[in-house]
Amino acid sequence: MATAIEIFKHLPKKNCGECKYPTCLAFAMQLANNKAKLDDCPHMSEAGRNALASSSAPPIRLVRIGTGRNTVDMGDETELYRHDKRFFHPTAFALRVSDDLSIEELEKKVDHARSLHFERVGQVLKLDIVEVECRSGDGVKYVQTLEHVSKLVDWPLVLRCRDPVIMSAAANRMRERRPLLHGADPDNIKEMVATSKSSGCPLVLCSDDLGKLTDMVEVARKEGVEDLVLDPMPGNMKDMLERCTVIRRSAIRKTFRGLGYPIYLGMPVGKNGMLMALTAVMKYGSLLSFEEMPSSQALPLLVLRQNIYTDPQVPIQVKPYLYPVNNPGPDAPILFTTNFSLTYFTVLSDIEKSKVPVWLQVVDTEGLSVLTAYSAGKLTADSVRNALEASGANGRSNRGMLVIPGMVARMSVKLNESTGLQIVVGPKESSALPKFLRSMN
Amino acid sequence: MADVPLPKEKWTGSIGELELGNSQDKGGSRRSVRLGGNRGMPFLSFEDGERRMIAMAGLVADSLDEVPQPVRDAFGDDAKDPVRWARTWAARGADLICLHLTSTNPEEGDASPESAADTVMAVLKAVDLPLIVYGSGHEEKDSKVLEKVGERARGERLLLGHAEESAYKSVAAAAMANGHAVIGFSNLDINLAKQIVILLTDFGLGKGDIVIDPLMAALGMGLEYSYSVNERIRISALSGDNMLRVPMICDCTSAWKAREATDDVPHAGDTLERGVWWEATTALAALLSGADILVLGHPEAMELARMAVSDLGGEN
Ligand code: B12
Ligand code: SF4
Repeated sequence: MATAIEIFKHLPKKNCGECKYPTCLAFAMQLANNKAKLDDCPHMSEAGRNALASSSAPPIRLVRIGTGRNTVDMGDETELYRHDKRFFHPTAFALRVSDDLSIEELEKKVDHARSLHFERVGQVLKLDIVEVECRSGDGVKYVQTLEHVSKLVDWPLVLRCRDPVIMSAAANRMRERRPLLHGADPDNIKEMVATSKSSGCPLVLCSDDLGKLTDMVEVARKEGVEDLVLDPMPGNMKDMLERCTVIRRSAIRKTFRGLGYPIYLGMPVGKNGMLMALTAVMKYGSLLSFEEMPSSQALPLLVLRQNIYTDPQVPIQVKPYLYPVNNPGPDAPILFTTNFSLTYFTVLSDIEKSKVPVWLQVVDTEGLSVLTAYSAGKLTADSVRNALEASGANGRSNRGMLVIPGMVARMSVKLNESTGLQIVVGPKESSALPKFLRSMN
Repeated sequence: MADVPLPKEKWTGSIGELELGNSQDKGGSRRSVRLGGNRGMPFLSFEDGERRMIAMAGLVADSLDEVPQPVRDAFGDDAKDPVRWARTWAARGADLICLHLTSTNPEEGDASPESAADTVMAVLKAVDLPLIVYGSGHEEKDSKVLEKVGERARGERLLLGHAEESAYKSVAAAAMANGHAVIGFSNLDINLAKQIVILLTDFGLGKGDIVIDPLMAALGMGLEYSYSVNERIRISALSGDNMLRVPMICDCTSAWKAREATDDVPHAGDTLERGVWWEATTALAALLSGADILVLGHPEAMELARMAVSDLGGEN
């Protein structure tokens, strides 16, 4: 967004107050902070409106692929470093299949992609997209493959094909699902842009030269095609890091419109490819396409994405509450833990493993782990007592006992004084809880 | 063709240089490793022509109590003897050895400072790589152990770990008296990282004698905090904050403590392979956010990290 002064230049300067702000300058300041809408001023000239609309467009365009519940949003990022605010749209992961695979091979690959589905700290981690490559050179076969894949999964699709004739047929056939078209190069750009325009599907522009990419963007925009994605085609990790950085910095720092689009990257196979992918998650990749995804590498990749894209201001948390685990009755003991998701879900799964019924009191620590919360003064005898009172835990359990995390054994005495409960120090690591709980019963 | 101007940041500072390990002409008996000197964010050659030098340190401990099982297993019987363990690392291309004198912990083996120093000397004799030496994490005992180690290894220019806000004088003194360097540890906070460097320099150490350890949290265990703290530290240093312009060390071995790294998880593949990638992913986040030294436990994770550095155009 432009500064208040830049915005002010384009306002009517009537100071009439109809926008509900006393002066045009005051209105400009509200606009700069996204607290008012341009339409609130009835006196804007067409020229002023256009000038402001283009300067208030996000520095990186939001591009959506897929439809309905299954969409992937890319772009619309505003930061170079996540600590400045946050990264918004997590890097999407596509697994690639091709039309030269047999039906069985195709189904096997799609099944594999679907099997990479994990739940972690209350969120689902999975791949997002299937990319279908035309390798046969046969348009009929390609469309058949696309239709088959569409029946197998309802994920968004990428159509990977450089032949403009085949692409045109395929895109128009699949347009309902709003796939991403990959892609245009300097030779086929005219036809590809036409296909993107007629099908309404977003288009990837491919070139290993950022100047050429900028030119291609210009060509597409002249045709009114704005939903673009850039593939800077890096040959190695160094090129990738540098090109992605140049694209992101140009868009955000210099509001360079020619590169203000999400980034698509094709990953080579093998270990180098996975290292590249991990780098791309941290450094500005919007969509990564994989030819293969070994199971042992998928979880680290997915967890890295989850980590990097969490809001630095807000740790992932669960609701403070008295959670019944394994159907507890009045004689089940009370345990407490913090509301940091990682802590809660780790402890929860260990209690579930034990099969021992317990009441699990989650204390609000603003999403901090046990020791972090304790060091920060957010996990105290008082906060635990308040949580127990608020949830009515003592009415649920008549054991008169509270099991506490081993890491905060030093809270025992105070906790006993403030809750009146017998304090039992549990193990330091919740992995030891099953054994501990069974021996307690 | 459109001209895309290179969006260089206008940095005013640089990362200070530091050398570990002394060769014979400087009174030691080993290769030396030179770190730092960079003037841009990691691995961006359009901003910083200087190649990035990354040193990879292999974890060695004189007691296996705290060593993750898969890391031990990777070294077989060699892990029972710090000298053989260090030699294996040297053969596998480590740049540094990171030796933990865990056996000195009074609550465990309570080995004497003399015997710990013997271990250090034996490792120094066996390999010609520079050494990072830690005690057991027991404050009082560490000060005695590191004092002894510092004295005996005088001239070798070790990197002693670690000094923290609540306890830094004895380590700093052991280093200053014998020409070693010190790790200044702080807990995931840019201001605390700065604070420990201020304390150490006020005490008398030069900036060329300090490495900061801002605590590298592992993948799934707070990696995002470390990634951002590291980036902020690097940005501040490059923007001219003198106290933060020292090289950075990131210990990635905590990756093995994340249960998802090695637990059985349906569809998440072989547990050992996953563990190796867990550590390598942690290492990559450290590299991209500004690490100069990585401490690694598993040799295959080190291979991946080294592959990444060379793919990024760095040197190690
Ligand atoms: C990531 C992290 C942070 C993040 C916060 C992450 C978060 N959302 O909590 C940030 C950067 C914000 C942070 C800040 C601080 N941190 Co911090 N942090 C860590 C780190 C690296 C990981 C914590 C973590 O996620 N653990 C994983 C979770 C799952 O562990 P957990 O909650 O303890 O749960 C386990 C057990 O407690 C047990 N358990 C849990 N509940 C229950 C219940 C029962 C009944 C039982 C039996 C067991 C049990 O099982 C769980 C699984 O094993 C640790 C070091 C480390 N590697 O552990 C330091 C650490 C916890 N932090 C520490 C400190 C001192 C701080 C700060 C005070 C320092 C500072 N910079 O000012 C601040 C305070 C925060 C504040 N707001 O002021 C210290 C605590 C020292 C101590 N011994 O008390 C640690 C140990 C680092 C260290 N070695 O010095 N930290
Ligand atoms: S309505 Fe328009 S012209 Fe009137 S004060 Fe507001 S900005 Fe200025």
